[in-house]
Amino acid sequence: MSAAAVTPMVDADRVHKRFGRNEVLRGITLSVAPGEVMCLLGPSGSGKSTFLRCINHLERVDAGELRVDGELVGYREASGKIYEQKESEVARDRSHIGMVFQRFNLFPHKTALGNVIEAPMMVLNLSRTEATDRGRALLDRVGLLDRCDAYPAQLSGGQQQRVAIARALAMEPKLMLFDEPTSALDPELVGDVLAVMRQLVDDGMTMVVVTHEIGFAREAGDQLVFMDEGVVVEQGDPREVIASPQHERTKAFLSKVL
Amino acid sequence: MAERPHAIEAVPVRHPWRWVFAVLIVLIVANAIWSVATEAQLEWSVIGEYLFSEQIFNGIGLTLVLTVIAMTMGVVLGVVLAVMWLSPNPLASGASWFYIWIFRGTPVLVQLLFWGFLGAVYPHVSIGVPFGGPELLGGSSNELITPFMAAIFGLGFNEAAYMAEIVRAGITSVDEGQEEAAAALGMSRMKTMRRIVLPQAMRVIIPPTGNETISMLKTSSLVSVIAVSDLLYQARLIYSRNYNTIELLIVASLWYLFFTSILTIIQYYLERYYNRGSRREPPPSRIEHFVKNFLPRHDRSATEPLPPRSGDSK
Repeated sequence: MSAAAVTPMVDADRVHKRFGRNEVLRGITLSVAPGEVMCLLGPSGSGKSTFLRCINHLERVDAGELRVDGELVGYREASGKIYEQKESEVARDRSHIGMVFQRFNLFPHKTALGNVIEAPMMVLNLSRTEATDRGRALLDRVGLLDRCDAYPAQLSGGQQQRVAIARALAMEPKLMLFDEPTSALDPELVGDVLAVMRQLVDDGMTMVVVTHEIGFAREAGDQLVFMDEGVVVEQGDPREVIASPQHERTKAFLSKVL
Repeated sequence: MAERPHAIEAVPVRHPWRWVFAVLIVLIVANAIWSVATEAQLEWSVIGEYLFSEQIFNGIGLTLVLTVIAMTMGVVLGVVLAVMWLSPNPLASGASWFYIWIFRGTPVLVQLLFWGFLGAVYPHVSIGVPFGGPELLGGSSNELITPFMAAIFGLGFNEAAYMAEIVRAGITSVDEGQEEAAAALGMSRMKTMRRIVLPQAMRVIIPPTGNETISMLKTSSLVSVIAVSDLLYQARLIYSRNYNTIELLIVASLWYLFFTSILTIIQYYLERYYNRGSRREPPPSRIEHFVKNFLPRHDRSATEPLPPRSGDSK
């Protein structure tokens, strides 16, 4: 899929990020076209989650350029200068990007439906009825309409993660970020979550997925990026990279997880 | 498939020492009641006479009003101070730290006296442009800061310092992932605080706040030193006339106990409300707890449905 004509959804150019003296990202360059699914693979500590969190400015980029849909993340350009974005501008940008966390991070004091309608009501200013209609439709889509009055503690991990996906989708995002969405799940519950994600892929959602699910990366991904120690080691078509990795580091990693 | 085996009917573990202590405690309590009823020279009729008297009722009214206003002030100001403390602005957190240092570091009795005698150093108080500019509202301290106002200031400002610490502990107890999830959805910091963080912090904030309210109901009796006619003040007025000191202190104590009991019940239901979503079942009541620990043979778990399977919990 060539992206020469269209604006990439995510465009990273030599992105750097450090925590104190520890440089976690050391020049990440990659690009995700609209409708494309990119899977980020790599050992823990390779910086893949940090990069994902940079995309919606949960982490601040220190150097390089990171753009979402053509706009700089966290900064504003005006007459040749770069200004830091105001809190409200950051929030507005984030509202167009959905994020799903490893630990679900559902709001425990709200029901499944309450979780899904919270941001549409508070950020998009939808009425409770509109938000509820949207929320029920989304819970139906992830197969949990019958559990819409359950609190997160009453749901299994797989169900919680599907509610979390519905919550992110309720904002009608143009881009979805998944941070190891199945890593905290019992093996038998992984399938339900992956099925929902596959359905999103079929609907044409642009997605960046940090995952250890090689099967998902191979079948659903358009691009696979292998990261290690803050750099992109190898990237390309998932089937090719998984079948015949070129770099030693990739080979070693894949031989352990496959 | 094999037939379901019989439920196990084992002899429960006996707790003989529990019974020994129970008998001991019952004896001590019975002796105390017997002693009060027969030996103490109490004029029971005096207690009956004043328990529902108008003067005592006036005192109760003022005590309750003081408690409600001071606690409301404490909670509102406490939340503000806690949010300031946690804010990235060093001046805000410094100011909050200073406030707590002052108001928690001096006795509340001293603070009450301070507000009561403020007129001695500030004969004239006003609200207006700072540094001696034109004033918008003002007047004599003795008229504006009545003993009642002094009591409210003394109790409320002191309480705010304690509430700030309680609210701060509550806010920091909420998982960071909650703020991140809200931020990722595009919610502003204020909305996240109000809709996501504070409601969850309530679970940690409510129990100590209940204690603070009960404590305030009793601490408010200190205001009698600045001539505010609360429950204790009225009781003291009465016994200064008829010398039935202990009887009137019992009258006051009965009322304090009555209201602290009500507050305890309210606290139980508030805690249950804010615990929603954090547990699968509500906690057992006092009576259930007693039955379970003292009468093991009445264990009803055999007739209850099986607990949820643990495999699919988070």
